[in-house]
Amino acid sequence: MADDKGKAVSWLPTAKVTVASILLALVVGALLIVVSDRKVVEAAGYFFDYPWDFFVFAGEAIWDSYRALAVGAAGSWNAVTQTLERAAPLICAGLGVSLAFRAGMFNIGAQGQLIVGAICAGYIGFTYDLPIVVHLLVAATAGIAGAAVWGGIAGLLKAQTGAHEVITTIMLNYVAVSLLLYLLTKDAFQREGSNNPRSEAAADTALFPEIFGFHAGVLVAFAVAFAVWWLLERSTLGFEMRAVGANADAARTAGMSVPKVYTLTMLVAGALAGLAAVQQILGHQDSLTANVAGAIGFDAITVALLGRATPLGTVLAGLLFGALASGGIQMQAGVGTPVSLTQVLQALIVLFVAAPALVRAVLRMRDTGGGATVMAKGWGS
Amino acid sequence: MELEIRGLTKRFGSFVANDDISLTIEPGEIHCLLGENGAGKSTLMNMLYGLLDPTSGEILLDGEPVHFTTPGDAINAGIGMVHQHFMLVPVFTVAENVMLGREQTRGLGMLDRGKAAELVRELSARYGLDVDPEAMVEDLPVGVQQRVEIIKALANEAQVLILDEPTAVLTPQEIDELMEIMRSLKEQGTSIVFITHKLREVKAIGDRITVIRRGKVVGTTAPGASEPELAEMMVGRAVKLQVEKPEPTVGEPVLDVRNMTVIDARGHTVVDDISFQARAGEVLGIAGVQGNGQTELIKSLMGLVKPDAGQILIDGKDVSKQGPRETLEQGIGYIPEDRSHDGYVGGFTVRENLVLDLYKHDEFSNGLALRLDAIADNARERIEEFDIRTEDMDSLVSSLSGGNQQKVVLAREFSRPLKLLIASQPTRGVDVGSIEFIHKRIIGERDRGTAVVIVSTELDEIYALSDRIAVMYAGRIVGTVTPDTPREEIGLMMAGASTEQEGSHRG
Ligand SMILES: Nc1ncnc2c1ncn2[C@@H]1O[C@H](COP(=O)(O)OP(=O)(O)OP(=O)(O)O)[C@@H](O)[C@H]1O
Ligand SMILES: [Mg+2]
Repeated sequence: MADDKGKAVSWLPTAKVTVASILLALVVGALLIVVSDRKVVEAAGYFFDYPWDFFVFAGEAIWDSYRALAVGAAGSWNAVTQTLERAAPLICAGLGVSLAFRAGMFNIGAQGQLIVGAICAGYIGFTYDLPIVVHLLVAATAGIAGAAVWGGIAGLLKAQTGAHEVITTIMLNYVAVSLLLYLLTKDAFQREGSNNPRSEAAADTALFPEIFGFHAGVLVAFAVAFAVWWLLERSTLGFEMRAVGANADAARTAGMSVPKVYTLTMLVAGALAGLAAVQQILGHQDSLTANVAGAIGFDAITVALLGRATPLGTVLAGLLFGALASGGIQMQAGVGTPVSLTQVLQALIVLFVAAPALVRAVLRMRDTGGGATVMAKGWGS
Repeated sequence: MELEIRGLTKRFGSFVANDDISLTIEPGEIHCLLGENGAGKSTLMNMLYGLLDPTSGEILLDGEPVHFTTPGDAINAGIGMVHQHFMLVPVFTVAENVMLGREQTRGLGMLDRGKAAELVRELSARYGLDVDPEAMVEDLPVGVQQRVEIIKALANEAQVLILDEPTAVLTPQEIDELMEIMRSLKEQGTSIVFITHKLREVKAIGDRITVIRRGKVVGTTAPGASEPELAEMMVGRAVKLQVEKPEPTVGEPVLDVRNMTVIDARGHTVVDDISFQARAGEVLGIAGVQGNGQTELIKSLMGLVKPDAGQILIDGKDVSKQGPRETLEQGIGYIPEDRSHDGYVGGFTVRENLVLDLYKHDEFSNGLALRLDAIADNARERIEEFDIRTEDMDSLVSSLSGGNQQKVVLAREFSRPLKLLIASQPTRGVDVGSIEFIHKRIIGERDRGTAVVIVSTELDEIYALSDRIAVMYAGRIVGTVTPDTPREEIGLMMAGASTEQEGSHRG
C-alpha cells in the first residue's frame, strides 16, 4: 500500500481522495449554480423549443460564478491579501487540531480556545498603554497563553482521569462562550457609554504591522506551520506525540509518559488556536464581540481533516478555505451568486472526504485500503 | 471442493511477495504451508480470501475460475479464514457472534438467537468443538475464541478453511485439541490450509507440505520428511534445531523478587506472594500455562503494573515504585508477549521502531531534536544483523510479515548493553532459521553476564534455553527445577500438582 505511506493517521483520506473530493464538490456546486440561476430556470421552461438556450445560459452561469469566485480570491494583489488574512487564523487553529490528531486526540475545542485567547489578547490590547512592539508581544503572549491553558485543561483531564477529550473540549467551548458573553457586560470590557456587548478596539500599538498589504500575522502563520512540522517530524517530543497517537500501549512500554504527552499536546494545540485568536483581534483594529471567533474554531477541524493532519496539508487546506471565503464575497457582490455557495462547497468537500468509498465509486478509483473506518479509533480509545 | 491456484503473483510496488505460485488443495486434505518469515504465506492466503487483489494469475474452484474482490465473495464461494487476530465482538455471546452479518430474524425483525444457538450447538457437537453458545466471548480463553472463529467459518458452510498460524497463541494442551478438531473436519470433507512455523505440528497433522521461499514454491513433500530436511528446504541451508549452550558461569543475583503480590482490576490475586532470583550469567525459564500470572509478573518487573505488595530489587535497589522509563534506563531489555499490542508502533517505520525506547539517548538525539543520520545508521545495522526482511527502513512495520515484526522488537532490545533481559515468548511467530539465530543471541547475552528471564508457554523453548526452570501455576511459583527434569513432571507442575516430591531436581 504505497499510497498509505504518507498518511499520518490511518483513517484520514489519501491525497488522491482529497483532490478528487474538491473536484467533485465543484461539480455539484456547478449544478447548484445552474438550478439557482433565474435565466437558466426560465430557459428550462422552454427547453423543448430552444434547448440550446438552456445549455448556453447554464454554461454562462457556471463560468461567471466560478470566475468571480476565482477573481475574488486571487485575481488581484488586493484579493490575495484578503485570502491570506482569512487563511492565516484557519491555518493556525487547523494546526492545533492536526497536532492533536497526530497524538491520537480529537480536539473539538479550537473554538473555545480561540475565544479565551481573544479575551486575553483583547484585554491587554485595549486596556493598557504600552510602547509599540512591546504591546503587541505582551498582548499576543497573553492570548496564546490563555488559549494554551484552555486546551491544556482538556489534556490534563484526559491524562489524569481519562475523561474523553471530545466531551471535555465541547464543554469547554460552552464555558468559553458564556465567559465571553459575561465579560462583555462588565465595565472592564464593555465600551464606555455603550450598551452593546462590544469592547473597545485594540490600541494601535498592539496591532500587527502591515507589510505588502496584509498584516504580519500571516507570515507568523506560515512560520508556525513550519515549526509544527519540525516539532512533529524532527523533535523527540513529536516522536513521542506520534507514538502515543499511533499506539499508546507501545509508547508506554517504551518508557514514554502518555499523560505528559496528552497534556503537552493539548497545551500546544491550545496555543496554536490562541495564535489564531491573536490574528483575529490584533490583525486589524477589531474589537471583542460575541462573534469574535466566527466559526474559525470549527472550520479548523475541517481544515485539519482536509489537510490530512499534516502541517503542509493544513496550510493548503487553510488557503483553500480562505480563498473560498474571500472569493465568495466578491462573487455575491459581482454576479449575485449567493455567498452561501462557498459554504455548500466547504460542506461538500468534507462530506466527500469523509466518505472515501463514495468518491472512489464515483471516480472509479481503486481502493488502497484504510480510510473507510473513519473515527473507529477516535472513539474507541 | 478442489481449490487450485495457478501462477498467482502479487507485487507490492517493486517488491514481489508471491512469484508465480501454483498449487492445488485437494478435497479433505490438510495442506501445510511452510516458509521463512516474509516468504509470502499470509499474502497468498489473503489473496485466496479476497483481502488482496492478485497482480496476475488465477484461482480455480472445482476447475471454475473465480474472482474475489472482498472476503464476502470468498465466504460465499465456501472459503473460510481464521486470522491471528480474531474478529470477534468481545461483549457478544458466541451465538451472537456467529449470527453477526447473517442475522436470522422471525416476524417483525426480532433476532432469532435460539436458531443461532442451535446452529452453534450442532456444529460444536459434530466437530467436537465443545463451545457453549451462551458464553460471553470476552470470558473465553484464547483457544476457545479461536474455535468460535472456526464455527463462524463453518456456519458459512466453508469447505476450505485457512488457518494462518493458529497455534502461535495456543498452549500445548489447546494445540492438541485443535489438532483433534482439524482431524474431525478433514474426516467430514473440509480441506484445510494450515500455516505454522512448528515443524512438529506439520509432521503430526499434514497430508502434504508445500514450502515457499522468497515468494516461490520450492517444493511439495510428504510429512515423512525429517525436521532437519524440512528446515533446510525452508531456509536453504542446514539449520541447527538445538542451540549450543556451554555451561553457565553464574554470578550475583541481578533481579531479586521478594514476596510480590499483584491484584488485578477485578480484585483477583493474579500474582500471589512470589519470590525468586535471576542471577547474572544464567537463564531462568518461567514455564506455565498461559494466564497463570506470567503476564502480570513481568509487567510489574517492568514498572507497567504496580505490585500491591512485596519488593523488586534490581542490583539491590528497590524498583517496584518506578515507571518503565527508569527501569529501561537501568539496562533492562524487554520483549513483550504480544508484539502488536505494545511491542511496536505499526504506523511507524522500521527505522523509527528500532529506536522506540532509545530515541532519548545521546546517540539518537540532542535532547530536543532527533539525530536522523544516527537513527538511519542504526536501522541499517540492525536490519542487516537481524536479517529483517523489509523493502527498506522506511517501510511501515505494519506491512512487515509477523515474524519480521518480531525481529524488529528483538533487534531493538538487543541493541544496547543489558543487565537483565526479560523476554516473553521471544520467538512467537518466528521461523526456524531465525529461532536458531535468536536463541544464539540470547545465550550470547547470558554468556556476557546478563541475567535472562524467559517466559514461554512452549516447553521446547524453555528446555532449549533455561539453566533453571520455575513453574508458575495460579499466580504462584510451584517449584524451581533443573532442565534435566522430565517433561511429564514439569507438565504435572504446570497443571498444579504438588511439588513436595521433586526434591532431587531442585535447582
Ligand atoms: N501491504 C504490504 N505492503 C508492502 N509489503 C507487504 C505488504 N504486505 C506484505 N508485504 C511484504 O510481503 C512479504 C511477505 O509477507 P507475508 O506476510 O506474506 O509473509 P509470511 O510468509 O506470512 O511471513 P510470516 O511467517 O512472518 O508471517 C513481506 O516481505 C512483507 O514485508
Ligand atoms: Mg504470516
